Amino acid sequence: MSGRERVGSLAERAADQFDLALDTGYAALVTAIVVVLLAPLAWLVIDVGDLGTRAFALASSPQTLAVLGRSVALVGVVTAASILVGVPLAVLTVQASIPFRRFWTVLIALPLAVPSYLGAFAALSAFGPTGPLSETLGVPLPTVEGFAGAAVVLTLYTYPYVFLTTRSSLLSLDASLVEAARTLNCGRLGAFRRVTLPQIVPGIAAGALLVALYTLADFGTPNFMNVQVFTQFIYSRHNAHMQGYAALLSIQLLAVTGVILAAESRLGADDSGAYASRGNRGGAELDFGVWRYPAMILPALVATLALVLPIGIFAMWLLRGGPGYEFSQLTFSWRIGYNSVYVSLLAAAVSVLVALPIALRSASKGSRLSSLAARIPYVGYATPGIVLAIALVSFSLDVASPLYKTIPLLVFAYVVRFMPQAIGSVRASTMQVDGRLIEAARTLGRSRFDAFRAVTLPLIAPGIVTGAALVFLTSMKELPATLLLRPLGFDTLVTFIWRAEEAGLYGQAAIPAFVLVVVSGLSMAVLLTQENQGEDRVT
Amino acid sequence: MIEHTVPSAADDRVRRERERGATVLELDGVTRSFGPETAVDDLTLSVHEGELLTLLGPSGCGKTTTLRLLAGLDRPDQGAIRVDGELVAGPDRFVSPEARDVGLVFQSFALFPHLSVAENVAFGIDDWPAEERARRVDELLELVGLSEYREHGPDDLSGGQRQRVALARSLAPEPDVLLLDEPFSNLDVSLRTEMREEVRDIIKETGVTAVSVTHDQEEALSISDRVAVIADGSVEQVGRPEVVFEQPESRFVAEFLGQAGFVTGEFAAGSVETDLGTLPADVIEGLEPEYEGATVDVMVRPDDLVATPADEGQGNGTVVNRHYTGPSFVYQVSLDGGDTVYCEHNHADNLALDQRVRVDVRVDHPLAWFPRE
Repeated sequence: MSGRERVGSLAERAADQFDLALDTGYAALVTAIVVVLLAPLAWLVIDVGDLGTRAFALASSPQTLAVLGRSVALVGVVTAASILVGVPLAVLTVQASIPFRRFWTVLIALPLAVPSYLGAFAALSAFGPTGPLSETLGVPLPTVEGFAGAAVVLTLYTYPYVFLTTRSSLLSLDASLVEAARTLNCGRLGAFRRVTLPQIVPGIAAGALLVALYTLADFGTPNFMNVQVFTQFIYSRHNAHMQGYAALLSIQLLAVTGVILAAESRLGADDSGAYASRGNRGGAELDFGVWRYPAMILPALVATLALVLPIGIFAMWLLRGGPGYEFSQLTFSWRIGYNSVYVSLLAAAVSVLVALPIALRSASKGSRLSSLAARIPYVGYATPGIVLAIALVSFSLDVASPLYKTIPLLVFAYVVRFMPQAIGSVRASTMQVDGRLIEAARTLGRSRFDAFRAVTLPLIAPGIVTGAALVFLTSMKELPATLLLRPLGFDTLVTFIWRAEEAGLYGQAAIPAFVLVVVSGLSMAVLLTQENQGEDRVT
Repeated sequence: MIEHTVPSAADDRVRRERERGATVLELDGVTRSFGPETAVDDLTLSVHEGELLTLLGPSGCGKTTTLRLLAGLDRPDQGAIRVDGELVAGPDRFVSPEARDVGLVFQSFALFPHLSVAENVAFGIDDWPAEERARRVDELLELVGLSEYREHGPDDLSGGQRQRVALARSLAPEPDVLLLDEPFSNLDVSLRTEMREEVRDIIKETGVTAVSVTHDQEEALSISDRVAVIADGSVEQVGRPEVVFEQPESRFVAEFLGQAGFVTGEFAAGSVETDLGTLPADVIEGLEPEYEGATVDVMVRPDDLVATPADEGQGNGTVVNRHYTGPSFVYQVSLDGGDTVYCEHNHADNLALDQRVRVDVRVDHPLAWFPRE
């Protein structure tokens, strides 16, 4: 070996070692972040441990089993109903040439971003024999509440999951398959049943599982409608200072969530590319003839119930005010809106800072550890808000009492729950950056860090902004963690609505409810731009 | 305007049609427009029992639309379509695709990805009794040589195997007519020739009447019993491949099928004076004395001509382009009179660009001609 080569290889080795050290440090950082984020969930187990042997008796008590049964029933009913609403709407907007197709598509996807408690709140205040709807229509309408009420409201805000996944399955369907079926002695309905349906079933199932997860974790609607499912019952045990029982129920809820998630991941594995066929896509058209005009009734009805009704009710409260409200202690001030924005901005900023290293690492290095590090935070995303809140209450009381009911702890909860959205969008935008661009910058004399700053960062900036926006908007709408972890006397838009509902002073909640509707609309806009970016990437 | 006919080819066609079986498929004045675009324009065509007819034309000429009209996947604006004597599309009548006895092999094969090979083949005959159905599937899989693949999914198959499954699937319900949409365009070039033979053999073995669509003239000429050349949505010429190739009835057909050069001259005193010298009327198909005095274009294909090197100032043309195909050279020669012709030569005959040449006609068959446009 010549001296020159020797020097060269030594320099290389030194660089390798530097990279290795950097990698190790980086891996340690990422691991630490992941551990800190998820450690509090371990406090649930410790709380249950405090119950000792009573834990087993409680876990199998008739009351617990009834809650479990009711939760599963609600999930089943809402999931089935979402399929019944979502699938026909998807077929109608993809395959039937109804007028204003694009408009209907956006409109019926919109309820996805609206938190269901807004719908529940509107339904509770609008219906009933003495409600404003009965007054306006002159006929006494029944009260919407209980199990049935919760099921209806949840369906109205969860069917878009089924609608969207079914829609994308339909759009990726090879139209010549349906035509092939038609030439093989199959009628329109037969072709739908034998060819279209089997191919969109994975899409329907994926959407249905998302509906199941949402329903299981939803806190606001069962509480407003007074249905004793997991989320509602956990909160009431917490209020009754039965922290151990609340933790036990939380673990049970986590277990049920885990079962649904496992089903979902198996479905995802089955789905990978199995139905990727070539040919023209989505073009299969159902000719409705004149029936395409009455066919618009279905999307119009759903949009009316899920969007027009609540917005109308809030508008009515806003314009009408209400007798006696001025004497109540519950008055809305813009200070409350500012509080919401403040904590949500903090959550967005911290989430981006935490998500960046995790996302960048998992996008650039294909190692198992890094992809695991990017996936583990999704546990926080899948954890029902009430469960995380209960865990953080216990954790702060046991370990860090100065943090109990402080803004840092509340922001921490938001970060654990919503940061994965930032990981997702940053990671996706990083994957788009051509690795050769960075190599080009390196050969043009930039250091690793310089190349990142001058090339990668400007290119992933839109992804970072999207991630921050998603965290901000979802934090604005978050209910259970905010309710349990907010500092004393600190109200946000969401907790204000909660208190207005508890006090029966619906009119007072008009402004915050409106603001949240706008926030929901913005969430949808961000999601749609993200989807469009994704489409650009494919074409 | 000169009436132009090619008598012997027409006679040939009449004689052949008498030999052939009944008409199975009939298109009568079929028209289909998409907005301002007329894809199929007053198209009339008959297909006889047991024959394999190919619709040949450049892309966008309306041949795939014609196929979709035949299958019932699209409705004609005007005209009538009859399958086995039954009106399936016409004024006030439209039979849906599932009710027509017409099978279609898709360009992309369109195999159902969620079904196995055997289930794909059985798809169109699910109303048959189970035993008969199983027998039919076995029979077809054996015919296409895929018996051991019956439980495989379409994704496990190669391109050629997929095509054979698609063929078996369309044949299963015993259609009156089998349609094939660009059947070989989704296959590797190396596989095409082999699959052409195979598909033709399978179709001939079942005896089904078949209509295929392609823009590949070599494919059309090699597999078809008859070729229909389509231009701008209507039939330019129908006939046996060799007749259409050798006796094109229009310049479009002549130019679309193989390279064609034309030499122009006036027909006078029993011969045509051209850039290639004097061509007596008896080497030109159907150039009867009644056309005396007309200016005509005589078609010369590359293999009709021989170019020999000539000295500067000699010969009758100059090599302006050369195209090497491996086995042969095709030289483009600009004749001194202004016409351009192509000459095909053995790869060993090497002529340089700008070389002066003398081009001679060497044919053992009559040449085709067209009235000067």
